[in-house]
Amino acid sequence: MSCDTGIRIEGLLKRFGERTILDRINLDIAPGERIVIIGPSGTGKSTLLRCLAFLDRPDAGLIGVGDLEVEASKASRREILALRRRTAFVFQNYALFANKTARQNITEALTVVKRMSQADADARADAILAEIGLADRGDAYPAALSGGQQQRVGIGRAMALEAELMLVDEPTSALDPEWVGEVLDLLRRVAAHQTMLIVTHEMQFAREIADRILFMDGGRIVEEGPPAAIFERPQDARLQTFLRRVG
Amino acid sequence: MVVDLEYMASLVPVILRYVPLTLGMAIISMAIALVLAAALAIVRVLRVPVADRIVAVYISFFRGTPLLVQLFLFYYGLPQLLPAARSIDGVTAAVIGLTLHFSAYMAESIRGAILGIDRSQWEAGASVGMTELQLMRRIILPQAARVAAPTLLNYFIDLIKSTSLAFTLGVTEMMGAAQKEAAGSFRYLEAFLVVALIYWAIVEALSFVQRRMEVRLARAFVR
Ligand SMILES: Nc1ncnc2c1ncn2[C@@H]1O[C@H](COP(=O)(O)OP(=O)(O)OP(=O)(O)O)[C@@H](O)[C@H]1O
Ligand SMILES: [Mg+2]
Repeated sequence: MSCDTGIRIEGLLKRFGERTILDRINLDIAPGERIVIIGPSGTGKSTLLRCLAFLDRPDAGLIGVGDLEVEASKASRREILALRRRTAFVFQNYALFANKTARQNITEALTVVKRMSQADADARADAILAEIGLADRGDAYPAALSGGQQQRVGIGRAMALEAELMLVDEPTSALDPEWVGEVLDLLRRVAAHQTMLIVTHEMQFAREIADRILFMDGGRIVEEGPPAAIFERPQDARLQTFLRRVG
Repeated sequence: MVVDLEYMASLVPVILRYVPLTLGMAIISMAIALVLAAALAIVRVLRVPVADRIVAVYISFFRGTPLLVQLFLFYYGLPQLLPAARSIDGVTAAVIGLTLHFSAYMAESIRGAILGIDRSQWEAGASVGMTELQLMRRIILPQAARVAAPTLLNYFIDLIKSTSLAFTLGVTEMMGAAQKEAAGSFRYLEAFLVVALIYWAIVEALSFVQRRMEVRLARAFVR
């Protein structure tokens, strides 16, 4: 599928006012790797994802995706756009374009950003609609879809971009419990051929999907490792406490 | 009888002949003002350097001074400044004045509507790599237009009524025609009453459209 290359994050720093939210994060992601971030509320997990797509502007650090390197402190408009065009984002609150149908949500970036022909974009959207189980709902506006359906369109929109890195922020935490399963199932399938950075509180899902798990606390990556190590042999006391609490 | 109904009835077809001029001025002014207002609103929302300050002053001036004064400035004042404007006729001056005046008001309501669009829409557009202008044109403005539409239609109604001020620039529109008729018959009450009734009918028709539109807008983007 997408032409994956590595991702490098060095010394990523983000402050809101006096508070340091991301405290010089370092992280390398291998092509095809699936990384899950866990950690207590307010530790900067969302901020990390948002900074990687420049939805929040990092104060310092380096973000490298493939052959693109962006120095956060002096990133130009063009560099930010280029970075965003190599990443895709799945939002906690879906954030579908309210004035576009499910199909148009998927084709929008293909025609406008990637300059694909409308026919090609529609064909691609139809394939994706089938993949996300919404082949018959392509003409529906977001307001007419269930939460689970909306989030599947959100994932479909991100899939269509064939991005080098898909950023997924708590994809199920705004959903009614009845829709959580279908969204996680879809993400499992997408993860088979997509480099991903996922924030989730679904520990079972994290364990299944992750090649590597990062535990964040206080704006830092406190501990990282394969799921087995993180869940069965947690080292840091904060991670042990966190796992007991969600456990 | 105090009011000569028969005379009024005979005036109606005479005054009605000027309705196309009134509506023409209103529609042209509205069309240009809408495009201008959208551009002004975008400049303000995106805080385009320098232009933002200029637009702020523009809006402040056209909202802060009476329309009649603005019309006089364009009709009588402009030729003094620009010799090329010496040949400007009343209709053109009225259209320019109405356009600029109403674009300032409409820019503010479009800006308000844009600012009311949920932040998630901006972030979603940014996340797929759209530029600010692409986002504005394809995602934000279409949604803002639905929010602003009832208000904009109110301004259109206001604009239609304001075309009567073209009378003061020597344009023979409905008011001018009524004035001429009344000058011959000395029946001012009847003549201006006919003008009032025709305006009222036009506005009522538009209000009907407006109510229907609001029902449809409430259902927009749901299927
Ligand atoms: N725009 C902002 N302005 C000021 N502070 C902010 C802003 N956005 C986030 N923060 C603060 O940054 C900290 C980290 O927030 P973030 O959303 O990244 O946490 P999180 O780990 O995703 O938490 P959760 O699990 O609750 O989603 C929080 O304390 C939050 O209050
Ligand atoms: Mg979060």
